Amino acid sequence: MADVQTLNTVAVGIDPVADRLSGPQGARPKRVLSRRNIFLYGTLIFVAAYYLVPLYVMIVTSLKGMPEIRLGNIFSPPVEITFEPWVKAWATACTGLNCDGLSRGFWNSVRITVPSVIFSIAVASVNGYALANWRFKGANTFFTILIVGAFIPYQVMIYPIVILLREIGLYGTLWGLVIVHSIFGMPILTLLFRNYFTSVPEELFKAARVDGAGFWAIYFKIMLPMALPIFVVAIILQITGIWNDFLFGVIYTKPDTYPMTVQLNNIVNSVQGVKEYNVNMAATILTGLVPLLVYFVSGKLFVRGIAAGAVKG
Amino acid sequence: MTSVSIRDLSLKFGALEVLKSLSIDIEDGEFLVLLGPSGCGKSTLLNCIAGLLDISGGQIFIKGRNVTWEEPKDRGIGMVFQSYALYPQMTVKGNLSFGLKTARVPRDEIARKVARTAEVLQIEPLLDRKPSQLSGGQRQRVAIGRALVRDVDVFLFDEPLSNLDAKLRAELRVEIKRLHQKLRNTMIYVTHDQIEALTLADRIAVMRSGAIQQLDTPHEIYNRPVNLYVAGFMGSPGMNFISGEIDGGDSPAFRFAGQSIDLSTYPASAPIKSGPGIFGIRPEHIVSGDAASVEPYQATVEIDVVEPMGADTLVWAMLDGSEFRFRVDGQTGMRVGDHVRIGFDPARASVFDTATELRL
Ligand SMILES: Nc1ncnc2c1ncn2[C@@H]1O[C@H](COP(=O)(O)OP(=O)(O)OP(=O)(O)O)[C@@H](O)[C@H]1O
Ligand SMILES: [Mg+2]
Repeated sequence: MADVQTLNTVAVGIDPVADRLSGPQGARPKRVLSRRNIFLYGTLIFVAAYYLVPLYVMIVTSLKGMPEIRLGNIFSPPVEITFEPWVKAWATACTGLNCDGLSRGFWNSVRITVPSVIFSIAVASVNGYALANWRFKGANTFFTILIVGAFIPYQVMIYPIVILLREIGLYGTLWGLVIVHSIFGMPILTLLFRNYFTSVPEELFKAARVDGAGFWAIYFKIMLPMALPIFVVAIILQITGIWNDFLFGVIYTKPDTYPMTVQLNNIVNSVQGVKEYNVNMAATILTGLVPLLVYFVSGKLFVRGIAAGAVKG
Repeated sequence: MTSVSIRDLSLKFGALEVLKSLSIDIEDGEFLVLLGPSGCGKSTLLNCIAGLLDISGGQIFIKGRNVTWEEPKDRGIGMVFQSYALYPQMTVKGNLSFGLKTARVPRDEIARKVARTAEVLQIEPLLDRKPSQLSGGQRQRVAIGRALVRDVDVFLFDEPLSNLDAKLRAELRVEIKRLHQKLRNTMIYVTHDQIEALTLADRIAVMRSGAIQQLDTPHEIYNRPVNLYVAGFMGSPGMNFISGEIDGGDSPAFRFAGQSIDLSTYPASAPIKSGPGIFGIRPEHIVSGDAASVEPYQATVEIDVVEPMGADTLVWAMLDGSEFRFRVDGQTGMRVGDHVRIGFDPARASVFDTATELRL
């Protein structure tokens, strides 16, 4: 056998030892300034700037006094930093009859968002669990109706719901709006939870039934602790969705119970007096602060939850 | 006394009839194995016994009680699943005590039962771990413990070992057998591994598309399969089948390609009638070389393929146009192309009617 090997190496004329030492080995070297990298990072920087420049303008404007704004250079940083516009936007800006700034709208939004989020998620998660694990009679029909519900345009339902709320005496109240938000969040949330619970192995559910756990015991003791990532996703979706809502807020509430977004609109679009750009900017940032904070705090969890659902669902 | 009794059980998923009017009586303390190919309805049958599926027809009795409409927890059964199905967020202790807690068993009694179960299965050091921190074998042991801890009459196993590697499977197989000898509970065990079936079972039920083909002891099923399907399914490598003609009468024989096998010693269940037939003989019942000279039937074959498998070697050959395998010692010197003398005793064979595929 040794003979054959020697013959081969001689015939091909390669010194195997030298080849091993000089040839490529280890990690492939990376060039930092390749054409690919320039293109990649250039695009990324451009896109990031596209999104960040408006935010920059908003922040610097909100920190300037009106005389400085009138000079006209929106990109220049403030010469003299003032927090006056922020205080005014929060506490004393006038909308219609009230002159207590956005604070009223903020608390209204909190009072709308918190119960809506809790209520809609509680109901939707049980819905999803029942649909995924307890194949009751008519489950498919129910699910189809729910899915169709997710695709009906809001405009179609606005007026019927106005009448409905008026009939039950909740029109113009915070609770009316809570109900509306919960209803409109239901299809997509139920779908989200159903898909997640479908991905839980069926044998786990069977094991729990053999162990004597009923509908609620399985939900609370087995499914709920496993579903935390999807709950985080649902909470984020609902908080941002409901906080940012304008349409339902303006339709189903009265000036006293307007959510923050509607109040913001009224401040920014008020026609009397001079336009106070710095106050408007501060008010806008204040309104956007809650969803922004939610994203920052939970960004990682959010992505993880979505990914988990995507892979398994 | 019968422990589990299934009468005319049938189950349909829509138009698909998965279980067809199936009846089994299982004795107290018996180890019954349900064996069959994938999709034949083994898991479905087990789920019906457990009460996890609503049946379409028939009755189920456990310990003489009609449990057809009872909830799983009220049937006195414990179940072990292929995928372990441990509750991921609970510790091993939590997993073991979950069923007892839902049954509102007093706390000190739970602690006692969990401790005893952990001792039986030797999982005491693992009690505070989460399932994700266990190996496959340990997980399956915990899963068995979860059924054990509840003091049930009947254990249901759905392919509990098929997620494990070969070595661990062999170890746990022995452990399950030992457990059964110790506890003497009724056990119904689903598998499609013949070795598991043959080693564990008191009786095996061979299933095929929702019906039981043969329900008997491993010995009977291996040696006297009732039909061609059971004969071909049991045994690895499978039985050799040769098609030919049966000659009935006083000196019955099987004829194929000019050869004749004398069937006068064959233990037929009824007088043998003439007609087309299939002759089956297991590879391990064939001897070769010098040993062949004392066998009632002998022939010479040319070797096609030699498959060494360690302890023994499987040899492929042609016997007058029919493919033919036989098992020889692992240290054999046989080579491809050799001509060897083989022989067997027709009394150990199985002969089937070609039309009905039933054993004669
Ligand atoms: N929920 C269901 N709906 C419709 N058909 C089903 C359902 N569950 C099982 N089946 C069908 O019933 C038949 C038996 O399934 P079962 O799971 O009992 O097979 P099995 O013998 O356990 O197979 P395996 O060895 O692969 O586990 C299969 O043909 C399967 O497709
Ligand atoms: Mg199965």
